[in-house]
Amino acid sequence: MSVLQTAAFPSPSAVVPDTDGLAKISAIGTRAFLVEAPGAFDLPNQRRIWALSHALEARGEIAEIVPGMTNLLVILKETPDGPEGITHLLQEEWRRAQGVDLAGREIEIAVTYGGEHASDLPALCDLSGLSDREVVRIHHEGTYRVFALGSAPGFGYLHGLDPRIHMPRKTVPSLNMVRGCVTIGGMQTGVAVLTGPNGWNSIGFAELQMFDPLAAAPAVMAPGDTVRFRPERIEL
Amino acid sequence: MIEIAATGPLNTIQDLGRPGYRNVGVTGCGAMDPLALTIGNILVGNAPEAAGIEVQTFPFRLRFSERSAFAVTGADCRAKLDGVDLPPWWAAEAEAGQVLELFPPLKDARTYFSLAGGVDVAPVMGSRSTSLRGGFGGLDGRVLAAGDRLETGAATPLFLPKDGYGVVPPSIALKDVFSSADGGALVIRALPAGEHDLFGADAERFWTQPWKISARSDRTGYRLSGDPIHPIETVEMRSHGVVPGVVQVPPAGEPIVQMSDANTAGGYPKIAGVIEADLWRLGQARIGSLLRFVPATHGEAKAVEKALAAYVEDVRRTARLVAGALAAFA
Repeated sequence: MSVLQTAAFPSPSAVVPDTDGLAKISAIGTRAFLVEAPGAFDLPNQRRIWALSHALEARGEIAEIVPGMTNLLVILKETPDGPEGITHLLQEEWRRAQGVDLAGREIEIAVTYGGEHASDLPALCDLSGLSDREVVRIHHEGTYRVFALGSAPGFGYLHGLDPRIHMPRKTVPSLNMVRGCVTIGGMQTGVAVLTGPNGWNSIGFAELQMFDPLAAAPAVMAPGDTVRFRPERIEL
Repeated sequence: MIEIAATGPLNTIQDLGRPGYRNVGVTGCGAMDPLALTIGNILVGNAPEAAGIEVQTFPFRLRFSERSAFAVTGADCRAKLDGVDLPPWWAAEAEAGQVLELFPPLKDARTYFSLAGGVDVAPVMGSRSTSLRGGFGGLDGRVLAAGDRLETGAATPLFLPKDGYGVVPPSIALKDVFSSADGGALVIRALPAGEHDLFGADAERFWTQPWKISARSDRTGYRLSGDPIHPIETVEMRSHGVVPGVVQVPPAGEPIVQMSDANTAGGYPKIAGVIEADLWRLGQARIGSLLRFVPATHGEAKAVEKALAAYVEDVRRTARLVAGALAAFA
């Protein structure tokens, strides 16, 4: 009798967070440590990164936390005597981190697909074997999540790009891509926030200003936000 | 107020930088040689966060609109105040109308001009540093130009010796801590980074061969020339945050060291990360010069930091004593 009763409860291992692997933790110089999630480049992994970021926020010894794509850079206020203590702490926190979903905003971005700024649309058609119309439709029908901000002020790395329109970054970057270009870099998409050299592939253009250095919250996007592209014009 | 009378390109207003915004993609910026700027600020009685001018192209000339204490630190640029030589790493007082001239340094790369009260431009996201890439901070986010007038912040009353005073430069005071390799290559200490072991035998060559700082180097990063190094396998990296000092290796195999205006994110394999206490020396390294990386530990890095902090503290204490003694005489 008692054995059956015990067996009716879930075994403790069933409620332990998913610990399918250790994070890779490495130093960048003296004060910075990079935590890289094992496993796929996907939303569940990014949710654990967001949870880790949240768990570390209150720690007094940490100066900056920079979420990346299924990874997190932690910058300490002081150089530690050795990497062991912080590595242990980060590994423990990673093990404990259960995916959180950030209550992000919904951002709609009006896009002119094709046209003069869509310099890489023909190459993407060649690569994918799709027509320009299909590429544009697949891109604007997607729902994207801001995984992290970085690279340039306010630039959001968007996850959720349909694999049919993945396109590797260029080996030779465009020298002067204009701010507002709607771009694809590998399995990510995003809107260029600065005019300048850019290795991503442009398929359209958006007017939305993504960053205002004088605003209380300078960046329009934040991790966890949902982004949709609305085709305002299609010039093919 | 001061007025820029002549300047080369790429001279900007900098302070110790804009940390804390990497998570929204904003670069730290700040002086390439923060030690020189720190000493300049101490010599003129400023708080550590005061902004100065980073001069990396010469000649540079400015006119004082009012009496002001100032300091010239960093690269020895044979400064002259109204034609009279100033020693390097020196603070003095200028009268209204006097002209300070900075000439091309014979060694080292960047000179810092500090003045009592600091250069007063509006802070953006907590810093007065110019972000050229972002187009904000400093003077309208741009490089200085002849004719620019710069306001001065409120200065604390400061008593200087009649002909000014100076400090022993850190390269001399700390020569046991910051040594050069045989053949004059700059020795830069670094910790192995995430993809170090991926370079197999080439990792060894990274540490042993001298690297030349190529002409395609600036405040954003130094591109190094030498025998290319390659990882044993290609890895598709996911973008992650980086800090100045990270040594990345793009596909062509010649490393890039990210510097003050570094991108906040990167995805090239990284072989090493320069210790923070050596970044100021890298900031003074010239295009065409050689450097060699030597592996270090956190403990060694901390010891170098302690030596640097002791030097800064010594200068601070001495400056306070000098000012105090002169105030008592006045």
